Amino acid sequence: MPWIPRGLREGIVTTRYPRRPDGYGPRFNAAVVVRPGPHDAATLAAAAAACPTGAIAVAGVPASGPAEGVGRDASAGGVALDRGRCVLCGRCTDLAPGVFGFDPSFEIAGITRDTLVVPRRPETDRAIAATRTELGRRTRALRRSVHIRHVDAGSDGADEWEIAALTNPVYDVQRLGIFFTASPRHADLLLATGTGTAAMLGPLRETYEVMPEPKIVIAAGVDAVSGGLVGRGYATSGGIGDAVPVDVWVPGAPASPFGLLSAILLALDLLPAAHGAGVAPPPSTPGRAAPAPAPEGDPIPGVGA
Amino acid sequence: MSGSASDGAPRLEAFVAHVADRIDGGARFCGLLAVPASEGTRLVAILAWGTALRAESVSLPEAGLTFPSLTSRIPGANWYEREIHDLYGLEPAGHPQLDPLVLPLARGADRPCPGSGAPGRPVELDCRPPPSRLSGQGVFTIPYGPVRSGVFESVEYQVETPGEDIPSVRTRVFYKHRGIEARFEGMDVADGALLAERVEGVASVAHAVAYCGAIEQIAGVEVPEGAGLVRVVHAELERVANHLDSTIRHAEAAGQAVAFARLTLHKERLLRLRGALCGSRFGRGVVIPGGVASGMAMATRELFAALDELQRDIRSDLRMLMATPSFVDRLRGTGVIPPALAAQYGAVGPLGRGSGQTDDARLARPYAGYLQLGNQLVDVRSEGDALARQRVRIDEIEGAFHLVRQAADQLDDRREAHGPWSIPVGGFTSGEGLGWAEAPQGEVFYFVSMRGGRLVRVKPRSASFHNLGLFRAAFPRDILTDFAFIEASFGLSVAGVAG
Ligand code: SF4
Repeated sequence: MPWIPRGLREGIVTTRYPRRPDGYGPRFNAAVVVRPGPHDAATLAAAAAACPTGAIAVAGVPASGPAEGVGRDASAGGVALDRGRCVLCGRCTDLAPGVFGFDPSFEIAGITRDTLVVPRRPETDRAIAATRTELGRRTRALRRSVHIRHVDAGSDGADEWEIAALTNPVYDVQRLGIFFTASPRHADLLLATGTGTAAMLGPLRETYEVMPEPKIVIAAGVDAVSGGLVGRGYATSGGIGDAVPVDVWVPGAPASPFGLLSAILLALDLLPAAHGAGVAPPPSTPGRAAPAPAPEGDPIPGVGA
Repeated sequence: MSGSASDGAPRLEAFVAHVADRIDGGARFCGLLAVPASEGTRLVAILAWGTALRAESVSLPEAGLTFPSLTSRIPGANWYEREIHDLYGLEPAGHPQLDPLVLPLARGADRPCPGSGAPGRPVELDCRPPPSRLSGQGVFTIPYGPVRSGVFESVEYQVETPGEDIPSVRTRVFYKHRGIEARFEGMDVADGALLAERVEGVASVAHAVAYCGAIEQIAGVEVPEGAGLVRVVHAELERVANHLDSTIRHAEAAGQAVAFARLTLHKERLLRLRGALCGSRFGRGVVIPGGVASGMAMATRELFAALDELQRDIRSDLRMLMATPSFVDRLRGTGVIPPALAAQYGAVGPLGRGSGQTDDARLARPYAGYLQLGNQLVDVRSEGDALARQRVRIDEIEGAFHLVRQAADQLDDRREAHGPWSIPVGGFTSGEGLGWAEAPQGEVFYFVSMRGGRLVRVKPRSASFHNLGLFRAAFPRDILTDFAFIEASFGLSVAGVAG
């Protein structure tokens, strides 16, 4: 059987995450960070106006359209950014590089919708501590082995590639006791993608209902979180949150495999407590935010970081 | 040809005859769409002939709700007419089977009419399956989906098995209908490019190129040469990723565990390389109206080293896979689309090229970037089975690597003098345009009309939509065991079909 030696040829390609930090290296845009202020008001207003999904709110500027709801968080430095809406287009980072920047750290999922808004306020962190404890208690039984049922509720198709990637030799989630299952009756975790189309809300809900307790729901990618660029329309409901009770929200357009993996671990309470706060730490206060995981060298042959 | 609304039925009949004659004369049917006009609606047929896509249109009378169906003369028009019926309520008179396709509205519900400026109220659906077409004893229907057994996009296949006879497959794609055409309405051209990337997210680059092609045609803008070359680099890497994906699904269906693992590893390496080039694993944000956002964030030497290693490994594993009899035997003779049928439907992409159709937009209707590069001749095959499509994809992977190197090389030569990466497209442009690209799935085109710099009617037409009309024709044999292979060999994305 000539295939057998090939199975071993690449040596160890599998990431050691979460035991050791890993990353794509500095050139991968996992999320946008907001640098500490103060910032020039006109620059902020220009960036907010350029954002295609209204993800940026500026203090004192009434948010229009989809940005309502982000506005109340526009406190620190006068600006807030909702990663649950950010499609990573790079307009704000181009227009206002002093305020916004791309960041490769991928531990960006949140257990409440609010926690996707950065910079995160200390109140939010305190408020979610209880939710996190509760979620951890609920999912304790699943830590050794968890079965995932994926449902596409109107994705653009790329989300499915990233989810499927979790089983490739690099992420190899089986090593962590994470498995995919076809049967919702054997599933513990519902991994939902897409904007929540009219015809898929029913099948999505039915899948959730037949899953046994305890069960977790992850909204994967901005389309599932907020509808993303497609948003609300005659056939979409702006995410899946109205149809099923979401436990973990994962930004990304689409959510990257590392982003998805860290979200699953977050749901199972297997991530360390220092969990990405979305603020580049100012030099004077080291350790205020989780530092970007230092890439430990790209384990994959052929792609230099 | 265009017609006024005044003289109704004869004009419409003449339009159908004219389009059919064009096709008899060698043009290829690419699609049919509706465009709301100030009075009534315009029907637009898109045809490929010569080195361009061309639009032929006719106006329906203001209150006209029917038009003569083209399907009896042009079989490929079938799905387009069903879609027009779903979205606009226009009835193609004489259509053989007008089941809902992308939007099964409840009786009496308002049609969304993209491009008409109508507010998009949430729709009420009736997803019950239409009555079976087959009759007789022992006919039963097996539904697959919409939630599939695996990480797949949502779609439902209903397999009707009439006892001993050949079963038939009904494809229900509407589950993922996002109303994306209506979403374009009112956007500016830059936001439209971001949305185009999400119409069919695994072919983001090709969609952005086709959309921007239409905008550039309207604005009368020529993309800078360097920008065209950057587009080629990203589009060809996207092609390799999609062809790998389709091969991975074949390997999975055939139980080739090691090949599956190795090919998924190579696909991951490729997506990381794409991420390193632009920050997005799907090449998003690169193509903008008038050019590209920036050059490549990687030195050419570094890119070449990564390409060499990746191509060597992919080639070696694909060679081994194609020398594995238990794999090849599953594809040979499976899901045959005979060349005559492919020609009749105007099948595009690897599906068409596996069934004797030579069309490839990169060669036949070259667009920005490909104009400056040497021709990569496509080896067309005529067997029409899943194996032929797999072989076409393998050849195209080689061709794609070659094109990426050529483009990067030329970019390197002109590094000093590449000028701007984009030309601004006028802020208040009005007009209509057609843009196209050869996506991994095949030809994608965009019909765009805009007024004062805002999008009015945008119709993306993916290769997936066009080719999926042939899906049911690929099942002359045992449906249940061949299904996964045939689906993988079509290599289509549901998002691009459902709209
Ligand atoms: S990168 Fe995100 S926040 Fe910034 S403009 Fe784009 S979508 Fe808005």
